[in-house]
Amino acid sequence: MTSLVFYFQVHQPFRLRRYTFFDIGASDDYFDDAENERILRRVAEKCYLPMNAVLLRLVEKHQGKFRCAFSVSGTALDQMEAWSPETLNSFRRLARTGCVEFLCETSHHSLSFLGNEDEFRQQVEAQAQRVEQLFGRRPTSFRNTELIVSNRVAKLAEEMGFAAIMAEGADHLIGWRSPHRVYRPEGCDTIKVLLRSYKLSDDIAFRFSNRGWSEWPLTAEKFATWVHGLPEEDRFVGLFMDYETFGEHQWADTGVFQFMEHLPEAILKNPRFRFETPSEVAASTDPIARLDIPHPVSWADAERDLTAWLGNAMQRAAHDEVYNLGRELAQVAAARPDLVAAWRRLTTSDHFYYMCVKFFSDGDVHKYFSPYASPHDAYITTMNVVNDFRRRIAALAQPVVPAASR
Amino acid sequence: MKVLMLGWEFPPHISGGLGTACHGLTVGLAHAGVEVLFVVPRAYGDESAAHMRLLGANQVRFLRRVFVPAADAGPGGDTFGGGVVAGEGSIAATLRGELAEDLERLEAGSAEVRYLALERLMAGAATESSFTGVRGASSPYDDPGQPRDLPADVRDRLAQWFTSGGSTVLQLGERALQKVPTDAAGWRVLSRAIRDAVLAHSRAPAPSPGPKSGRFEVIEERLDMAGGYGGDLYAEVARYALAVGEIAANEQFDVIHAHDWITFPAAAVAAEISGKKVVAHVHASEYDRSGDHPNLSVKAIEQLGLDIASRVVCVSHYTASILKRRYRVDPAKLRVVHNAVTQEEQRAQWHGERNITDPIVLFLGRVTFQKGPDYFLEAAARVIKLRPDVLFVVSGSGDMLPAMVERSARLGLVRNVVFTGFLRGKSVERMYSMADLYVMPSVSEPFGITPLEAMALDVPVIVSRQSGVSEILTHALKVDFWDVEELANKILAVLEYPALRASLVESGRDEVRRMRWELRGELVRDVYQEILK
Repeated sequence: MTSLVFYFQVHQPFRLRRYTFFDIGASDDYFDDAENERILRRVAEKCYLPMNAVLLRLVEKHQGKFRCAFSVSGTALDQMEAWSPETLNSFRRLARTGCVEFLCETSHHSLSFLGNEDEFRQQVEAQAQRVEQLFGRRPTSFRNTELIVSNRVAKLAEEMGFAAIMAEGADHLIGWRSPHRVYRPEGCDTIKVLLRSYKLSDDIAFRFSNRGWSEWPLTAEKFATWVHGLPEEDRFVGLFMDYETFGEHQWADTGVFQFMEHLPEAILKNPRFRFETPSEVAASTDPIARLDIPHPVSWADAERDLTAWLGNAMQRAAHDEVYNLGRELAQVAAARPDLVAAWRRLTTSDHFYYMCVKFFSDGDVHKYFSPYASPHDAYITTMNVVNDFRRRIAALAQPVVPAASR
Repeated sequence: MKVLMLGWEFPPHISGGLGTACHGLTVGLAHAGVEVLFVVPRAYGDESAAHMRLLGANQVRFLRRVFVPAADAGPGGDTFGGGVVAGEGSIAATLRGELAEDLERLEAGSAEVRYLALERLMAGAATESSFTGVRGASSPYDDPGQPRDLPADVRDRLAQWFTSGGSTVLQLGERALQKVPTDAAGWRVLSRAIRDAVLAHSRAPAPSPGPKSGRFEVIEERLDMAGGYGGDLYAEVARYALAVGEIAANEQFDVIHAHDWITFPAAAVAAEISGKKVVAHVHASEYDRSGDHPNLSVKAIEQLGLDIASRVVCVSHYTASILKRRYRVDPAKLRVVHNAVTQEEQRAQWHGERNITDPIVLFLGRVTFQKGPDYFLEAAARVIKLRPDVLFVVSGSGDMLPAMVERSARLGLVRNVVFTGFLRGKSVERMYSMADLYVMPSVSEPFGITPLEAMALDVPVIVSRQSGVSEILTHALKVDFWDVEELANKILAVLEYPALRASLVESGRDEVRRMRWELRGELVRDVYQEILK
């Protein structure tokens, strides 16, 4: 049997407002709530709500035979709670069907595995508890920010009790091996790695509406034919993608919703195929071999590495500064949970992604997703906020001693 | 392929970015296999023009033949009529009606009367009926109602008249140009007048011996060209056009390429004479120089050039949008070719001591409305509230300089703002290399080459979004010129955040090195090929 494993990523960052050097020491209002709310509501309307409805119909129609998984970042959950509770409810309705698995990740979609492993564990544990509380089951599969995996990240996840970790089936990682088999990361004893089948995933996520693509238009039947043609020994096909693929990156009028409505039926026509969730695949499959992941591999850009977030001096400086701030924050953390919450929002990887210059001039996806006019503007704004934050911590850590008590 | 290129400046005799850009472009064109004949108003002999031919309008020779009677003629003798060609008698006698009268006036009248008569003659050529049985050759820009070419025989006779020493092309041309047209159509008529004068002159037959004994002497004359932008600029523009006409009549080339309004009348003349197509190159429009109150005489000339051009090359999309909006240029004619940086500029270095340790933020350029020095000072006032140690340097001169000095005092910036006046040569490089940050807050900048010079010297830059150069820069900070708050924010960020500075400097250096004139030369050659097809 070969399983199709759909996993959809849902994430929204807390974008910063225009915060200038002159705001330092004058304002602790860092986040652009109006813009964040506007974007969340728009994406909910165009993607989350209509696509959740599609998936719910599929689950009901196929009576358990259609299954899929989500990972929803903690910051996205925060925003849904604040601005679109109906979206959160529709995810909970999917969870209640028993056919939809919710994975774990860091609560703040952060790169904390690099910045501070203690912080990483705290964010993962916080997210695990929240997923259990909202969706009724403690997650058993883990997905790190931007699908970044290394032997070390896998080990951290294993130590926290996860049975599976999701990773990019990058060519430079797997070489001649198939992404459709289950592997065990080097240095790990129990955790299994499930790889993204990037060609088939990107046929849907990136190429679906591309009229210059030789396979356009992509129909459910055509896609099913490709899947049905896979070798019998393939255990699963990891179709991992941003949930915004549906309705936001590929607009509704491209037919992407109809494609998904018809896909399960087309796939299930061949009895060799079924749908499973990541944890189901991991539970029933022994790894075929070890996979050595010495350097972090992500699902971003052609490089599939960390350069989209930490590729230039500004990104590395800002990332270091944010985690330095975290250490300074430790001394006042107990008294000021609100500051800790604000700081964690700064750890979100998007803030560093906006500072990426490597493709900036080409006007590609980095630019599309950025609220800033340029990567430099992203850096300046973030550093201004970090500076203000540092002053506030310093003011708390060394309270002014009243004159009388001297 | 050979281009007749018309420009007002060429290094080292430059007053702004125009000359630098022209030099770079010719280097690029030479690389792309295009032969360039470049005409400047005045050649000094020290131009760095080994890759092409450079001619000054002041070097063009105008020949005048004077009939000198054998014995009795002395200085001051009337040369008019003296050179009438033997066997033909009066030219006027061979012509009919009004034309004959006009030619009589031409021969007899004062200079003014002669010119008016000539003007009438040319206007008369618009209607074939004035010249029964003689058809004018059609010009490439023929419109109904516009004067046409003079019929060949009339032109020949005019030529004879010129030859006879009645007047010279120079005198005629200069006289014609004393009345500066105020619209594009007027400039068109004028360019045809110059064309006919030049052609008639150049086609004049060799004089034969006259009825009286005597001889012809050839006198060489040259135009007195001042160069630069001072004095009676319109007269200089007209004299330049006359010289270019003479060059166009004597040189072979495939296309005419004219840089900015100041050479557009010359381009019109060269096109009239050679029948070749024109590429107009806009480095700055009158709206960039003067905001919403353009000089209408200049605008008329710009309109002439843009109208007759087969292609309009502009230095940025920003400029292209102005040409579309203000001059109604057909978008199909527009091509954007950004400026670049020569290898010498890329290699520029300054190894000097820096004797000031306080951070320096630099404005370098003309202190005029267009360059936005006032926004620089407003941002400075905001920055020093937080960083009183920062020094703001204003390098350059211009009509706003006194007002800026006054304003800096009013803003309480006396200690923080330094005015250096106009810098040239090595002082410019030294100034750049002393700066921690270069700011170009231009209100309207068609391109703006100075940020590239600063970047080549490892100085980070902030440029206004209202500049052409911002279109091609990734590793520069950008602001809207009016947003002084944001400008101050970014100045502070560069001074405070080393990683930002390092990123701008390192990536900026690479970015400037990739801007090569060779690539631009290929683009312009492609534009030529487009219109020659």
